[in-house]
Amino acid sequence: MSATRLARGGRIARGEELRFHWNGRELRGFRGDTLASALLANDVFLLGRSFKYHRPRGVMSAGVEESGALVTVGEGARRDPNVKATAQELHAGLRASSQNVWPGLRFDIGALSGMCARFLPAGFYYKTFMGPRRVGGTRVWMQFEKLIRRAAGMGAASRLPDPDNYEHAHAHCDALVVGGGPAGLAAAAAAARAGMDVLLVEQDFALGGDLLHQPPAADEKLRALTAEVEAAGVRVLTRTTAFGIYDHGVVGLLERATDHIARPGAHQPRQRFWTVRAKRIILATGALERQFVFGDNDRPGVMSASAARAYLHRYGVRCGARIVVATNNDSAHQTAAELAQAGAEVTLLDAREEAHSAGGELSARMRDAGVRLCAAHAPLRAIGRARVRAVQTATAAPGNEWIPGERMRCDLLLVSGGWSPAIHLHSQRARPVWDDALACFLAGQCDEPITVAGAAAGVWNSEDCERSGAAAGRAAANAPGNNAAPAHNDGGGAILPLYEIRARAKKTKAFIDPQHDVTADDIRLAHREGFVSSEHLKRYTTLGMATDGGKVGNVIGLALMAEALSKKIAEVGATAFRPPYTPVALGALRGRSVGEHFRPLRRTPMHRWNLEHGATMTMAGLWHRPWYFARGGENIEQAYQREAATVRAAVGLCDVTSLGKIALQGPDTAEFLNRVYTNPFAKLPAGKARYGIMLRDDGLVLDDGTTWRLSDNEYFMTTTTAHAATVMAWLEELLQTRWPELKVHATSVSEQWAGCALAGPKSREVLATCAARADAVSNDALPFMGVVETELRGGLRCRIARISFSGELAFEIYAPSDYACAMMDMLWGAAAPLGGCLYGLEALGALRIEKGHVTGAELDGRVSIDDAGLGRMASTRKAYIGSALRMRPELLREDRPQLVGIMPKNRRKTFNAGALLCEAGRGRDVSKHGDGWITAVTASPALGHWIGLGFIAGGADAWRGRRVVAADPLRRGDVAGEITSPHMFDPDGKRMHG
Amino acid sequence: MRINCPFCGLRDHAEFAYGGDGSVRYPPLDAPAADWHDAVFLRANPRGMQTETWQHLHGCRMWLLVERDTATHEIRSVRAAHDGIGAALRGERDGAR
Amino acid sequence: MTRYSAWSVFKNGLQGQRNWRRAWRDPEPKREYDTVIIGAGLHGLATAYYLAKNHAARNIAVLEKGWLGGGNAGRNTTIVRSNYMMPGNRGFYEHSLRLWENLSHELNYNVMFSQRAHITLLHTPAARDAAARRYNTMLLTGSDAELWSLKKLKRKIPHLNYDSARFPIIGAAVQRRAGNARHDAAAWGYARAADQLGVDIIQNCEVTGFAREANRVTAVDTSRGRIQARRFGLAVAGSTSQLWAAAELGKLPVETHLLQAFVTEPLKPLLDHVVVFGVGGAHFYISQSDKGGMVFGGDLDWYKSYSQRGNLPAVADAAECATSILPCLARVRLLRHWGGLMDMSMDGSPFICKTPLENLYLNAGWNYGGFKASPASGWYFADLIANARAHPAVENFDLGRFARGVNIDERGAGPDPKLHG
Repeated sequence: MSATRLARGGRIARGEELRFHWNGRELRGFRGDTLASALLANDVFLLGRSFKYHRPRGVMSAGVEESGALVTVGEGARRDPNVKATAQELHAGLRASSQNVWPGLRFDIGALSGMCARFLPAGFYYKTFMGPRRVGGTRVWMQFEKLIRRAAGMGAASRLPDPDNYEHAHAHCDALVVGGGPAGLAAAAAAARAGMDVLLVEQDFALGGDLLHQPPAADEKLRALTAEVEAAGVRVLTRTTAFGIYDHGVVGLLERATDHIARPGAHQPRQRFWTVRAKRIILATGALERQFVFGDNDRPGVMSASAARAYLHRYGVRCGARIVVATNNDSAHQTAAELAQAGAEVTLLDAREEAHSAGGELSARMRDAGVRLCAAHAPLRAIGRARVRAVQTATAAPGNEWIPGERMRCDLLLVSGGWSPAIHLHSQRARPVWDDALACFLAGQCDEPITVAGAAAGVWNSEDCERSGAAAGRAAANAPGNNAAPAHNDGGGAILPLYEIRARAKKTKAFIDPQHDVTADDIRLAHREGFVSSEHLKRYTTLGMATDGGKVGNVIGLALMAEALSKKIAEVGATAFRPPYTPVALGALRGRSVGEHFRPLRRTPMHRWNLEHGATMTMAGLWHRPWYFARGGENIEQAYQREAATVRAAVGLCDVTSLGKIALQGPDTAEFLNRVYTNPFAKLPAGKARYGIMLRDDGLVLDDGTTWRLSDNEYFMTTTTAHAATVMAWLEELLQTRWPELKVHATSVSEQWAGCALAGPKSREVLATCAARADAVSNDALPFMGVVETELRGGLRCRIARISFSGELAFEIYAPSDYACAMMDMLWGAAAPLGGCLYGLEALGALRIEKGHVTGAELDGRVSIDDAGLGRMASTRKAYIGSALRMRPELLREDRPQLVGIMPKNRRKTFNAGALLCEAGRGRDVSKHGDGWITAVTASPALGHWIGLGFIAGGADAWRGRRVVAADPLRRGDVAGEITSPHMFDPDGKRMHG
Repeated sequence: MRINCPFCGLRDHAEFAYGGDGSVRYPPLDAPAADWHDAVFLRANPRGMQTETWQHLHGCRMWLLVERDTATHEIRSVRAAHDGIGAALRGERDGAR
Repeated sequence: MTRYSAWSVFKNGLQGQRNWRRAWRDPEPKREYDTVIIGAGLHGLATAYYLAKNHAARNIAVLEKGWLGGGNAGRNTTIVRSNYMMPGNRGFYEHSLRLWENLSHELNYNVMFSQRAHITLLHTPAARDAAARRYNTMLLTGSDAELWSLKKLKRKIPHLNYDSARFPIIGAAVQRRAGNARHDAAAWGYARAADQLGVDIIQNCEVTGFAREANRVTAVDTSRGRIQARRFGLAVAGSTSQLWAAAELGKLPVETHLLQAFVTEPLKPLLDHVVVFGVGGAHFYISQSDKGGMVFGGDLDWYKSYSQRGNLPAVADAAECATSILPCLARVRLLRHWGGLMDMSMDGSPFICKTPLENLYLNAGWNYGGFKASPASGWYFADLIANARAHPAVENFDLGRFARGVNIDERGAGPDPKLHG
């Protein structure tokens, strides 16, 4: 056993042993472990297979930059694929398994693709799988695609609905500090001491950052820093990732509230998505250790040097017994020494000439620590399949050449290729700049109040990071406009820029992006084929597009492309790191806006009343409205036809509350209405209502509705349900931006008034019974289009207009919303004994189609007032919104589709809305869109057969005597039809005047 | 984005609805169709600072004129679109300026 | 130039993949061309290709300020469909779909057009009727269209939200020949094929101004010097208004908006179709890339922008839509989101037309629809430039249509650019 949990040490709770399952096998770890550290402690190295070649993969890091240890966690509806084992906190009962393997981890059929790897370079799929040219089409590709899709992907997501809850929370702060390492802790404390309201977020479950990866002596420092943070009143969120910085200091956070708990309480959200508005942002996000690449550098057992240090000091796990550490900088030396002290046999390959760094002193120090040092050495190739077992070394020769050297046995190969500051968040706001001395990208110039501190600013050691953070915190408090990052130092130990170890004529795969299997050769292939800009490189090779976002590999890819182009890295550019910094569950982003709360459901104040009286509801925009009120065993057809017939024969009640309602007040309201409606409104007397049509600026119909003049300076407007919000905002826009001189105030009162349509020959009788004073609603007091404000019995204040949508004698009655049910009770109490009914949208549709009244099905935003057959409502004596552009030539053509009625030739037949109207016998050649279409159909109780409304070129007059077909190839085929006037029932309107 | 509503204070832009180019001058209703064509259909569409209309839809419902950089989203100024209401907010009476 | 095939990949495999040559040349700009296309996005590249292929035009340059395919060609959600209804649009997008169907062969480049069916969810009888009109029109004009019952939809996609959806699903309108494609591949395929026909694709060459003589453009000033030509085509989504102004042509019926797109971590096959839904003010479309990422998008960010950088409300909205129709997606993680610039026109329809300058041609205003349109856009734009007159198929894609009152607004949203998503 080579990887082992040491008997002592580590920042884990040894008293709290946790059992978990890996691929069905029970293993043990401790509270404070990650899944990765617990697996390593159990000497489990082979964790999964890679994306393309299905090569063995193991742990490569100790953090969110991981691109090897991707596993599936959980089961059933809570299965989470692609979890980074290095960032998954261990909890009791955790179940994790390998992914992208079939049938098993060790014997994996997909690994065959790895054997064909030479034929599968970057972008190979663009060159093949097309099938023979003479065959053409996409069929061959789509057969291959099935196979490719199955082979690709990583883990498998559950198809079951996610049972967990998520939350969206909000916060404000003076300063948001991202990162709880020495720099972040110091920054937060300094800013808070200076009086700022500070929020500190740390993605890990513990504060400390790199201090957690240092020997136990660092604990004292950590305690001091966290005590300061606490004393200064900093708000701290751990397990919280700042994943994106957006405009004006808005930052998105993801808090993993219960992912670490075996059995979370039912009340607890799984995750919480925070929107933070920060006046200043301090990024103390640390740095990520990168590799230089070499042959088969993806073998399990190859990991970053800093990861091995983290496993040693934080988790008490020594990841190998015989360890080779390869480096091009000083940072791995300490690690090498500490691993040796922990009992491992350690060889250090330093790519630099010894003189390059600390001279003979280093050699001596390493010798004292028991580390064998080989200067000017580097690994050329890792040996082993499921686990590294040796390394082929190489020695440096002039001209960036490497000469194969000795082979060393090892069970762990650590690599330190230098450090990449974690400037991902900053790069969302400003392009990073390459720093030659530090051999890394640093944050670029940014005009926003964002400061970078600590290792993220290229400051390498802990003490300097702390100072850098404290300076950033103080600067944030003192000079909120100051954006200067503290100057970075080189932290001692100059790095030798080194990205690949390669010997001539050696053919092995060197992995830059181990998750997507992007190799150094792929970069050179991209170069050969001309995909040289950083974005082309990324897209062609898929470098950096895996779940780690290229945190480790991107720099190496750019460096190799720069080398191929004989350019500097700075000239090749940097690819943008897009948000999120680490992947974010969609559930968290949607928060509680799910189910009924996704586009919150709107109910009218008589919703319950409707349900209690047998309503079946339907969707109308965001509203639930009564669809029909079935009696006995009626189906929808029977119900709505009975309802419509009852309205025509007796009386019916219908909830119309969802109509938009707007109070308009002020001395200029008449003038205002006269400008927004096409028909005259200036002389509408008080106590009268008028039907009106509004156009858009472009002269097409926006909406229709009625406006009631309640008194000289007060009006009540109704709009359609669909356009209630649009019309309200439109009127406000006109009043505030175009016609500020008009003294009019518009207020939405949609929520304040509940509305009921009362229609049918017996409607006045019903109303008279209900009104406090029957004479207030007599034919004289309330003639057609008359308006009264009066009371129903019991002093129920209401507004009534005699308006008809059904074509019957009818009223719209509005009462304060709180009294909606009282109104309905009263009206229904009077209507029911008269043989009345409640009716819903379906009957409403039947009634209006019989009358040829238009709704949103006809007024679809492409229709002119003339098309809708309402041209007589367009005044020629005044100008109004849309009057100028209404007269554009194409809109005045005689052959435009115009509103018509349609009936099946054979009256026993039915047809569907959405059928196209085509001239019979003319055939349907492909250039034809038909001559028109059907917008709405209904069985008409009044006429005894099916009817419809629609549009047809030239209107009804042009189709007198012509045969027409309702073509509906999608559903039922052709039905011979007959075009009529849209006013199919009571065309003279005698009934509603009655 | 955050927009500083002169009536309500600094608020998330999600409370607001973007209107359009605030520099458009709509002609009189009886102006010729050509004038209306230009106002309704043509836009300068600048990249950089532009004056645009927003409505504080889920707040005070005031229409605002916002000077905003369309390339960076930086906001330079926000004021009420309606001069009279703007003046009233500032405590000015007619003719007091 | 190597022809791409399984054989060429195999042969190169034996040779260590060392014998591939550049997919396209990297020429120095000449001082003079016959035709200059400004913008090496999909539309510009397709135009150059069809100019050379269909019209035997030679001496063509495509000028690109950055890297080719770097605008919306590389930022879209890759959906290809032709479910347009209005006369003009219908034929145009159908032609485009037909070009897509054979594009990999035409270009000898696998653009991975996957005709996996485009499924529009329907939630109300009214929506079904409106869709029926559209899909009947498609059937009668030579396309394919189907209405699926709820039962059939459940069989095809069992894990949609049928049980607890805020807007219950009642069926779907389906175009089987529609699907998705690999967006970058289309750009690279056109670039490579155009290059093979002699087109000079010149990257990192930004047009900064126009030299005019009377009613003609004589040359463009670029970051790499002045380039003369006999005729010029403009295909620069996201910069159209700026170059239009640079040519001193005033204003356009275009406003530039920001649309975000999203991709999740790669997953084993989870969704085999393109699924779209729009109800209750929501608007959402999703498909799974061949790599396994769920690729989706929704509405604009609702304000004008040239920033290619969106904000959180649109992110949250897309996540709400995603999880409302596919509840299993709540645990799936968003990997990246990014923004693209949409030249939104006043009626949601594009421009392929002449301009007030007699040798300058305009290709612009693609709103959300540019990716699927690009083959036909290039086809007809090339035709326009070659023949100096608009093909009847695009005669209403002109700037004068607003004055005439032509209505080709598929949504009926009216003259507000942001409403045409």
